[in-house]
Amino acid sequence: MILRTFGFSEFGFLLSALVWTIILTVIALGGGGIIGFFVALARTSTHKWLRIIAGTYIQVIQGIPVLMILFLSYYGLSLAGLQLPPLVAAGASMTIYASGYLGEIWRGCIQSVPKQQWEASESLAMTRAQQYRYVILPQALRISLPSTVGFAVQVVKNTSITSIIGFVELARAGQLINNATFQPFRVFLAVAALYFVVCYPLSQLSRWLERRLHVGSHR
Amino acid sequence: MPYTFQFGVIAQYQNEILAGIWMTIKLSVVSIVLGCAAGIVLASIRSMKPGISRFIVDAYVEIIRNTPFLVQLFIVYFGLPGLGFRVSAVTAALIGMTINLAAYSTEIIRAGIESIHKSQIEAGEALGFTKLQIYRHVIIMPAIAKVYPALCSQFVLMMLASSICSAISTNELAASAAFIESQSFRSFEIYIVVTLIYLALALAMRGVLALLGLWLFGRRVARRTAVALPEVQA
Repeated sequence: MILRTFGFSEFGFLLSALVWTIILTVIALGGGGIIGFFVALARTSTHKWLRIIAGTYIQVIQGIPVLMILFLSYYGLSLAGLQLPPLVAAGASMTIYASGYLGEIWRGCIQSVPKQQWEASESLAMTRAQQYRYVILPQALRISLPSTVGFAVQVVKNTSITSIIGFVELARAGQLINNATFQPFRVFLAVAALYFVVCYPLSQLSRWLERRLHVGSHR
Repeated sequence: MPYTFQFGVIAQYQNEILAGIWMTIKLSVVSIVLGCAAGIVLASIRSMKPGISRFIVDAYVEIIRNTPFLVQLFIVYFGLPGLGFRVSAVTAALIGMTINLAAYSTEIIRAGIESIHKSQIEAGEALGFTKLQIYRHVIIMPAIAKVYPALCSQFVLMMLASSICSAISTNELAASAAFIESQSFRSFEIYIVVTLIYLALALAMRGVLALLGLWLFGRRVARRTAVALPEVQA
């Protein structure tokens, strides 16, 4: 039996799998962003029950492993009688995961907008929706940028977990190539390097945004 | 087709579940103790004057924090034997968890050390403290007290992330779930039960860490720890 070695075509396969990692990240951040936005709004709502429900949702999502969200959506979707490709289960679970964390991050950002901004906009006879739209959210968005980008790094890394249910993204591609070449050290170092190439610039961007945000403030 | 839930089946496998819980707790406790100790040492090195050792610590922290835990586990478990070190799945999980947690706690503790004002150290010197006393009472302990809630959130995240070790066949809780599923074919039920166990473990852990904080640093830190949710480090 002739073993393949880890060469250019194998590296090309890793690169094509990296595309799936990025697609999954975009799905997670898009879907999780939409749900997380409403979770954050509910968390800062004036209705007590909305706050409690959103708070419980966040506590539960942050108190269970991503792997369990993945398994539950994988088996849950198939129990519902849907024969879906792993991408759907992977996308759904990553979306749920991201929504729990983004909801909490953005809640903090909404609440860190000074209280006077609420009072000032209220005294201008704005409705609550107008207050959010014109006064609070634009400021919260600016505050949220560094931590949101920082969280994107976590999402990129955690998409690797979807390899466990057989979704072929970067980590899974690494396993497949390792099975063909038996050069685990080289293969997984290459995989790690590819993740690093994606994550490191994001980390640095997050840090740069953080520094820029604090320019002029006494911290 | 309506599906009938049968949770009763799982009761037969309580020994597997308990063994899994025990392994998860053991892995978490050992890696937290080792990772936190390494974090203190590395953060201390990091806060010294710029130089080669500081560069190495920075590189280590950045590399670990920007690559997935799963891939780190693969490198330890599948990669090390190729270099002549044969490690069992449990040892590999421990090594992986420790190096991962060490990087994150280094970053968190470093932020704590940087927040200690220079005048505090000068005050320590003025009181005639030795270098070691200043380091211990003025720098490290207050620094850790400041970042203790963030540190604890990271510990809880690590406990949850230990479920990923099942991918390299470490027989912790998630692996017990996979085993029971393969025996009983009751996948959805078993994963619901195990998810609830993880949730209970996370809540219990936060409570224990808050008590530890109360004992180590007093009431204010303990209260912040109990309510703190995982922070996202950039």
